[in-house]
Amino acid sequence: MKLALLSDIHANLQALDACLDHAQRHGATQYALLGDLVGYGGDPAAVMDRILQLASAGAVVLQGNHDEMALHPPAQSDRLGEATAGWTHTQLTTEHRQFLSALPLTARLQSCWLVHASADAPEKWRYVEDERSAGASLEAAVADPQVRYVFGGHVHRQTLYYKGSGRGLMAFAPTPGVPIPTPAHRQWIATVGSVGQPRDGQPSAMYALFDLAQARLTFHRVPYDHMAAAAAVRRAGLPEYFAQRLEEGR
Amino acid sequence: MKLLEPGTLLDGFVIEECIHSGGMAHIYRVHYANGANCVRDPGFPMVMKIPRMTAGDGAENIVSFEVEHQLLQVLTGPHVPRFVAAGDLHHVPYLVMEHVQGQTLDHWLPEPGEPHTPLTPDTLARLGAAMAHAVHSLHKQNACHLDLKPANVLIRPDGSAVLLDFGLSCHAHYPDLLAEELRKAVGSPAWIAPEQVVGVRGDPRSDVFAIGVMLYELATGELPFGAPKTDGGLRQRLWMDPRPPRALRPDLPPWLQEVILRCLETEAAQRYPSAAHLAFDLSNPDQIEVTARGERTIGTGFKEHFKRWLKAAGKHYQPSPMPSQQIEEVPILMVAVPHHDVSDATLYSLRQAVARSLGIRPGARLAVVTVISPSDTSSTHNDKSETNVHRRHLTQLKQWAQPLDLSGHQTSYHVLESNDVAQALVRYAEGNHVSMIVMGAATHGLQIQRFVATVPIKVAMDAPCTVILVKQQTPFEQLNA
Repeated sequence: MKLALLSDIHANLQALDACLDHAQRHGATQYALLGDLVGYGGDPAAVMDRILQLASAGAVVLQGNHDEMALHPPAQSDRLGEATAGWTHTQLTTEHRQFLSALPLTARLQSCWLVHASADAPEKWRYVEDERSAGASLEAAVADPQVRYVFGGHVHRQTLYYKGSGRGLMAFAPTPGVPIPTPAHRQWIATVGSVGQPRDGQPSAMYALFDLAQARLTFHRVPYDHMAAAAAVRRAGLPEYFAQRLEEGR
Repeated sequence: MKLLEPGTLLDGFVIEECIHSGGMAHIYRVHYANGANCVRDPGFPMVMKIPRMTAGDGAENIVSFEVEHQLLQVLTGPHVPRFVAAGDLHHVPYLVMEHVQGQTLDHWLPEPGEPHTPLTPDTLARLGAAMAHAVHSLHKQNACHLDLKPANVLIRPDGSAVLLDFGLSCHAHYPDLLAEELRKAVGSPAWIAPEQVVGVRGDPRSDVFAIGVMLYELATGELPFGAPKTDGGLRQRLWMDPRPPRALRPDLPPWLQEVILRCLETEAAQRYPSAAHLAFDLSNPDQIEVTARGERTIGTGFKEHFKRWLKAAGKHYQPSPMPSQQIEEVPILMVAVPHHDVSDATLYSLRQAVARSLGIRPGARLAVVTVISPSDTSSTHNDKSETNVHRRHLTQLKQWAQPLDLSGHQTSYHVLESNDVAQALVRYAEGNHVSMIVMGAATHGLQIQRFVATVPIKVAMDAPCTVILVKQQTPFEQLNA
């Protein structure tokens, strides 16, 4: 099985399509969408249509904090991100909403534990952003003895955490496109980055492809038409900030 | 794992005799069960390395096995054994790789208790350059060996070096399985670099240090720092200079001591910035600028050591950037300076281009090269003797470079003899790991042309690196206008 791991799509249709196309060309046989399907971006309905299609073809889809927010948008908010949730809500069809509200927070695919944020308390949306928080998530997930890998999103960064020679976890910044051997006799936890809203200064979309048979994990960066995605944000009348963010990848 | 009997069959390999029985692993010659007819047969002799312990032991050499497997699969080139196959960690872990012909550096060292037969400076430079070339090829692939020692360097019959045993190595593309948050020293105590002592894994200059230790050993028959057995002994590496090799072997030329001691500087920044720079010096001993470091015959005094000891107390782990990136920052720049049919404007423009390139690369080294025709020299006319002709051209090159600010840039001057200028330049660039060639777009009066393969076009097409073709610049054109 070659598992494509896509997280934090954030209603960015151009980025999602580019990543799906890339994954298909690289032999993906299974898809997992790790939450935050909508929010921030300009094409929530079109993105949801794509994801519904993927789900009916067998893809695993999880709920993220922005999906929850789009279902129950705060009545009023000073925070920009929350302000877009109200607009997103209006764009979604009943079918979209029903689908979103039925989504689980975690799932297991063979030896992989999937979660949007941290496996130790998925509903609290804790960030897996350092060795300590990664350790907490991993520890909770491997309570199931079949689990060797934990994949999540939420932090919009691509990081692989692994056990070195010491007791704690070590963080590793992957080089895009390089398959990393991740043998199953070790335990691994990775954040796969964000498809639809990269924030590291590069506009290209992020996702990861995991080859279970070969035990190789590849983090990818996929260039896409980010100017078109920014234009969609502007067309939707969403805050200019979110359009610029896509143009600059910040 | 106990010793296997010859004839044992393992995953389609037939075990032959055990050729090495080390502390960590046994190494056997092997062949495929159905011999050279086997479709998988790679067409070269193979060895199988089997770690002594198995997965159940959870020992460090199983991790080393994983690390070596990781690296051998991706490393390429003539300086590493070619990878063939690996066994399952849970069944019988093994690695099958090319059996490279040659002798390890141990061969040039005395047996314990035997007297040391001193190697000539020439041999030392040749061995050192071979090691440095091999190590540079590794660094370019984003890997650091980190456990270089005579047993892990094999010299082929043609004199080139092959690096063995990547069990403690580190590749920037993969998680470093040997690293840990406490940052302990990983390596062999006699050859380990100071920064490795505080847990730095991934600085190419650590390998430069180890080459220095081996050269010291080969030159004097002694280890520069002994083989410390305690952590305290290892930490000495952070501040201690070894005795100058010339104190042990007075006939050693100062240039060679200069090279060895530069490799052995406690601060990585004081060493050769890359193995390519080291190889360059060892291939051009006459161009080495010998400082007090090369001349001295008495060791560093107590006061200086004490000062450094105080400083070393605060030394701690810092992460390293990618090896390939680190060595890219200290390129070897080569400028081809024509010696006839060349206008002042071209020479001026070449100099400007070199100045600009050096300006943005503080650690770069510069090789100033000219190519003369063999017919320019003569064995019968004294004023055309090779020495005299070369000296005249060297002086011209130095005059050309004189206006450049070369502080901080090691610079050397070379006269090559060849009838094929382009080929001579390309070969020189290949042999010396040159990262960029600067040359005139028009040489010998021939302007750049679309269909004629002029020297610059030939070089640009065949060079192993970037070529900057410099066009004649102001102020001369303006002066003429």
